[in-house]
Amino acid sequence: MSVATKELLENLNALAAGLFLLTAFGIVAMRQARGCLNLFIAQSLLLAASAALLGLRYHSGHLYGVALVNLISKPIIVPWLLRRTSPAEIYTRREIDQVLNIPAALLIALALAIGAYFVGTPLANAVGPEFRGPNVPIGIAVLLLGAFTLTVRREALSLLIGLLVMENGAFLAGISIARDLGMLVELAIATDGLIIVFIMGVLVRAVQKQAGTTAVGELASLKETATMPAADEGPL
Amino acid sequence: MIARILFNLLQVAVVMIAAPLAAGVLARLKEMVQSKRGPSIFQPYRDLWKLFHKDEIVSEDSSWIFRFTPYIVFVAPILVALLIPVLTSYPLFFAFMADMLGVGFVLALAGFFAALAAVDTANPYGPIGASRTRMVGFLAEPVFMIVFFTVSFVAGSTIPYIVQQRWVTPFANFFAPSHVLLVLAFLMLILAEGGRIPVDNPTGHFELAMIDESKSLEYSGRGFALVKWGGQMKFFVLLCVFSNVLVTPWGLASEQTFAAVLLAIPAVLLKVFCFLLVLVVIESSLSKLRLFRIAEFLGAAFITAVAAMVSQVFLS
Repeated sequence: MSVATKELLENLNALAAGLFLLTAFGIVAMRQARGCLNLFIAQSLLLAASAALLGLRYHSGHLYGVALVNLISKPIIVPWLLRRTSPAEIYTRREIDQVLNIPAALLIALALAIGAYFVGTPLANAVGPEFRGPNVPIGIAVLLLGAFTLTVRREALSLLIGLLVMENGAFLAGISIARDLGMLVELAIATDGLIIVFIMGVLVRAVQKQAGTTAVGELASLKETATMPAADEGPL
Repeated sequence: MIARILFNLLQVAVVMIAAPLAAGVLARLKEMVQSKRGPSIFQPYRDLWKLFHKDEIVSEDSSWIFRFTPYIVFVAPILVALLIPVLTSYPLFFAFMADMLGVGFVLALAGFFAALAAVDTANPYGPIGASRTRMVGFLAEPVFMIVFFTVSFVAGSTIPYIVQQRWVTPFANFFAPSHVLLVLAFLMLILAEGGRIPVDNPTGHFELAMIDESKSLEYSGRGFALVKWGGQMKFFVLLCVFSNVLVTPWGLASEQTFAAVLLAIPAVLLKVFCFLLVLVVIESSLSKLRLFRIAEFLGAAFITAVAAMVSQVFLS
């Protein structure tokens, strides 16, 4: 492989990682649950692209396997599972609740991403020259952005997507650090993720059946606090 | 020497002549997407011709600002056309005068006077539009700054002729995340600065919803023609910066002969046409944002630009 091709592959991988980060920002800022899900699908496709490009760059057949597993499980099976388990009402609703307004959330997310770069870049450089590249810092950044989504969203489905985004971020960092992990491990992680989605989907459906809504932020008012309105006005 | 001055003037002529054509093509394409036939692509020329032959009415309560603004709005893009690479990949005679920051300042000056003139006549709709334009402007400013910082950091210069070479030599640089993210951020900036959907509806005729258009409400006759032509040229100049400096620096003349420079004209027009196609897709598939959502749109542009900068600073 010539030097120019290597450089091209590395830049393409960096591009996939950069767009991956951008989709994570999009998930923080998106108002619609359907939009969040679409961005998550795009993000998983970019993750698969990054794995395939790294596989091409370092001649690692294992990474092709990772790309394939990601290509099948996240963009196809996860949305299908979510549609089967969680109530359809979420997808038709126009706007979903958020604790912060969107510009403020984006600025905090930006600070998190820059912080992740400060931590991740020296970390990757310290391990070895072949681990340099955008995957580790962007993986950490997306992990943090997923956690941030978990804290600011008050809607069950976007909480679940935040969780999946965290997993995507960890995966992106992982594929550049451990290029030859056993295929069994990857398959186990992928199945694990699907089971999480399934359980959460069923849970969301149960919450909706019990409380009549999936906006879990509102469920805080079920607690008997001083600020609570009259008890008989509650959804139960 | 003489040839360089001539090329530079030719560059200005191309911008002046092709700008209304670009506006016409864009309007026609948009109508075609909506399954209508649409006006001829030469309609903007006819509009300008008609306006130049009409009487101009100026309110007697307005000050000199109102009378001077059309000329400033008209001259600013022409000045910019002297500075940026429109046809050639080597700097021309007047290009030493300013870099990309200078381009930004000249265009901002025109915007400043247009906003003043809108307030000047005390027409109630003018100040609304002017204040909204300022709001979009100050939200777009940080994005501009970050884009310039990143560009100067990558290329070691803010002179457009140096910047354009940096993205394609070697070709792998074209796919660097900083480049692609910068292009995305700049595209969003062009939509905001050019008053296009999703920030502003350029074809809207409802005064209360106008942002960019309401600044020219009070103008008539020759003044209106100059403001309109100036607006079209500003948009064309932004397109040239976008396509020739940031995205596709190919097809420009690299030799100092008349044949090469003349050959570059169709290439540049083709690039602008391709970009107009992208713009039509954007404008036809999105709806105009509510006023306070514009902050979110430009916030997204800001995030994109900062992501570009960060990926460049930490990964090089």
